Amino acid sequence: MIAPALGVLFDGLAYGMLLFLLSVGLSVTLGMMNFVNLAHGSFAMLGAYVTVTLMDRGWPFLATLPCAFLAAALASVVFERTLFRRLYRANDLQQVLLTLGLVFMSVAAAAYLYGTMQQPIRLPDYLRGYVTLGGVNFSLYRLFLIAVALTATVVLVGALEYTRFGSRVRASVDNQRMAQGLGIDVDSIFAITFALGSGLAGLGGALAIGIVGLDPNFAFTYLIYVLIVVAVGGLGSIRGSLLAAILLGVSDAAGKYYVPTLGAFLIYLVMVSILLWRPLGLFGRR
Amino acid sequence: MLRAITLCLGLFAAFTAARAEDTVKIGVILPFSGQFADTGVQLDNGIKLYMQQHGDTVAGKKIEVIRKDVGGIAPEVAKRLAQELIVRDGADILAGFALTPNALSAAEVSAQAKKFMVVMNAATSIITTKSPYVVRTSVTVPEVDETLGTWAAKQGIKTVYMLVSDYGPGLDAEAAFHRAFEAGGGKVIGTDRMPVANADFSSFVQRAKDANPQAIFIFVPGGTQPAAIGKALANRGITPQNTKILGQGEITFEDALKSMGDDAIGIITGFHYDPNHNSPMNKEFVAAYNKAFGRDPDIYSIGGYDGMHLIYAALAKTGGKADGQTLVDAAKGMAWESPRGPISIDPDTRDIVQTIYIRRAEKVDGKLVNVEFDKVPDVKDPVKARMPK
Repeated sequence: MIAPALGVLFDGLAYGMLLFLLSVGLSVTLGMMNFVNLAHGSFAMLGAYVTVTLMDRGWPFLATLPCAFLAAALASVVFERTLFRRLYRANDLQQVLLTLGLVFMSVAAAAYLYGTMQQPIRLPDYLRGYVTLGGVNFSLYRLFLIAVALTATVVLVGALEYTRFGSRVRASVDNQRMAQGLGIDVDSIFAITFALGSGLAGLGGALAIGIVGLDPNFAFTYLIYVLIVVAVGGLGSIRGSLLAAILLGVSDAAGKYYVPTLGAFLIYLVMVSILLWRPLGLFGRR
Repeated sequence: MLRAITLCLGLFAAFTAARAEDTVKIGVILPFSGQFADTGVQLDNGIKLYMQQHGDTVAGKKIEVIRKDVGGIAPEVAKRLAQELIVRDGADILAGFALTPNALSAAEVSAQAKKFMVVMNAATSIITTKSPYVVRTSVTVPEVDETLGTWAAKQGIKTVYMLVSDYGPGLDAEAAFHRAFEAGGGKVIGTDRMPVANADFSSFVQRAKDANPQAIFIFVPGGTQPAAIGKALANRGITPQNTKILGQGEITFEDALKSMGDDAIGIITGFHYDPNHNSPMNKEFVAAYNKAFGRDPDIYSIGGYDGMHLIYAALAKTGGKADGQTLVDAAKGMAWESPRGPISIDPDTRDIVQTIYIRRAEKVDGKLVNVEFDKVPDVKDPVKARMPK
């Protein structure tokens, strides 16, 4: 019974890593800027559609990934400069209303531009299929996904811990006023971090197509999971997002395997239990 | 002055009243937005194509289509839209209905208002029993799955594991296949009901694999799920070579096949229509559809197309009279050749009678298509056939 369970847990881990990529940006911007950006899912969807469009023109899959990242990052800069920055001081409800409206608009735009049907992509041959180790099948694409997510984590954490920019970000997260007082340009830090977070979401969206497919409602569907990861992990914590995402992915897979009648409900059960135990999330600070 | 105004108003009223009598209004209720938007769009394309090909006049009456967006599974909204269509917009006929809950609630309105209603997609058996003025031109889930179950047992398949989505149509499919398969001598060794909005199927596929059945029966709604479960099957090493994969045609929809790629080869499905169906009428239909909308038709399109044919044919038969009883009486027993094959409306149940095809996903000329290799003609909805009269 070990081998099949291992396979299932591996798949859950990969799904969790995907959720991490989609959520880490939101966690950081929520924790740092206190800006509730529900349109985060729309940036993920943008990245996914960029990949689909480029692949339709014959680009190889791997080449589309940086483009998905950049497109989402650039789009977020535009929105941040024009719309979001007017609402940094506004209350949560206004931010929610604005960004939720953006989500509706993005879903309608996607349906208008691409139609309402599924957008399948053909993964390159070296990412299709699986390897068998010790009787367990490991999907090549999911291995790739885990590799990308781990690389992103290492780069992110490395940047935060070991670079000047990273230290400024940490300062802005911990105490914005003090950071400004020390001469840190908090505004541009925000903008860059926001772009990075949305770029990662775009990358996550592009990678998601191979696992869960793409249609115009992607922005809504994954918003829920992203919010759960962020809430459980704690705002502003990369470690928290990673742990929460892995926890959710694995418990989802394990739950469906061992107790299928509970099915998808297990994620919510886990979320509620953790939040009851730690209302600020696993590593949340405020 | 006052007399002049009254005269004008009177003429205007008479004029509009006379115009109203020359129009037959069809209220189409479909999900044009939300998760099921593609279904709504394809069904509406079928309606539009039929009207494009056959004009907008029947038996001296002009056909006017009023479209309303129900947005998804929203029976209260569907009921309100149906009521508004009949009372405010003067609709004579209700049509469309991609989703069962919406069709059921609108059927109540149809029964109360005594209006002809054509269900063009929703596939649960009991819909046509909710109003004596309802007919259906799509398919019912038991029609497909009981046929598939009987066929599978006849092929000598002894054990099946079932994976179905936990909602109305999924449970219908489970019950239908289970019943027919075991009646044919097979055994269902396990069933898992999966959440409807499921993203990751690995766990369920692994459970099916653990039970080691000869065949796995799958029912998932269209959209993202067929491709996702197809990939999950391939990733767990389940291929049609070692385990037969059976299901309703949604799992081998065009986009699912594209997404699954060669992993899909060998999947056996039962369905009532495929754009690759080899008949001259269908080839013309598919060509015209592609010319008009730039994509292939699917089961939703054919439901809309045949539904419009039924409305036009019924109106022609009644000479343009559009009240519920006359139209439904004209529709009962109607039989015609559709791009999907020969179909008719059962006079007892007012439901569709058609051929169910057994298809296998194969690569033809480098493209993945469903190839029909067996069929069962004149299939009636078995659930209603078993109901006491």
